[in-house]
Amino acid sequence: MSRLPLVLLLAAAAAGGLSAQQPAPGQAPSMVEETQLERDTRALAAELRCVVCQGLSLQDSPSPLAQEMRAVIAEQLAAGRSREEVKAYFVEKYGEWVLLEPTASGFNLIVYVVPVLLLLGGAAFVFFTARKWTRRPPGASPPASVHTGEDAALR
Amino acid sequence: MNWSRSLIAIAICVPIVFLLAFGLTRDPGEIPSPLPGKPAPAFALQVMDEEGVVSLEEHRGKVVVLNFWASWCLQCRDEHTDLSLAANMYRGRGVEFYGVLYNDTPENGRRWLTAMGGQSYPALLDQGSRTAIEYGLYGVPETFIIDQQGKVVHKKIGPTTVAELVSFIDPLLERAPTEPMIPTASPQETGTP
Repeated sequence: MSRLPLVLLLAAAAAGGLSAQQPAPGQAPSMVEETQLERDTRALAAELRCVVCQGLSLQDSPSPLAQEMRAVIAEQLAAGRSREEVKAYFVEKYGEWVLLEPTASGFNLIVYVVPVLLLLGGAAFVFFTARKWTRRPPGASPPASVHTGEDAALR
Repeated sequence: MNWSRSLIAIAICVPIVFLLAFGLTRDPGEIPSPLPGKPAPAFALQVMDEEGVVSLEEHRGKVVVLNFWASWCLQCRDEHTDLSLAANMYRGRGVEFYGVLYNDTPENGRRWLTAMGGQSYPALLDQGSRTAIEYGLYGVPETFIIDQQGKVVHKKIGPTTVAELVSFIDPLLERAPTEPMIPTASPQETGTP
């Protein structure tokens, strides 16, 4: 709890550092536009896969190709293309594979549905098993004292 | 009781085994390209060490072999002789070979070509890897074979060979005189492989 301000501070510093690394694309826009474009570029790059890495987003990858792809995102956003249009551009070139989060349609639905089903199934399993364990069979007498035999032996 | 338990265990384990068998036998580094069957992205690239720009448009009616390479790419050494050989074989037969230098400096590329004993086809420079991204490139070497109508017919990931190039180029040259010009890919060809 007491670490939260520190974490926020570090996150802010990291974000500041990242934005400082990115050069202004195209003609020099005003400061406000520049930061907005950078923010949009970063958000979009975080949703796309670095194609030369394993399990890294474009935003997190230091590879030269990822840098160029980030520059392409910034160029296209600056040219007035929407987020969806830029995404569609990369899907057209690299296939749906390039999206870090698969679209929720067709076969991909499995990724979204199966974890929920497993969670519900697991919860139901735990619930019924626990009930079975705790419930005494009807008409059963209370368990005999474990000490009975011991007592008899001692007597 | 034991039967039902066994059935449940099988029902849980078999899908997991199949999922693992499917996932572990695939190369995670290999991206299925949506490009084959679609019109090749246009390009206009500076020729290395020469004046002039090569564009895809000026090659309508010709087969284009576009090979992406780099001096730091080890596998590019394996295919270099084959590509140079194939380019010589098809010289003057309506097939143009180009090597696009990817993520490298012209100095390094020049030095590499000299060390490899030259190249029988022109090398092109791709500033900012824009053409590489247009072609959905994710590594080198990658080779694209583009037909006379400007459609990508084959994408090779990794080193190519003379035999492979011939197997794709020869059919294109054979069908060339009879086939009408198709401006875009037909619907049944646009699906991903």
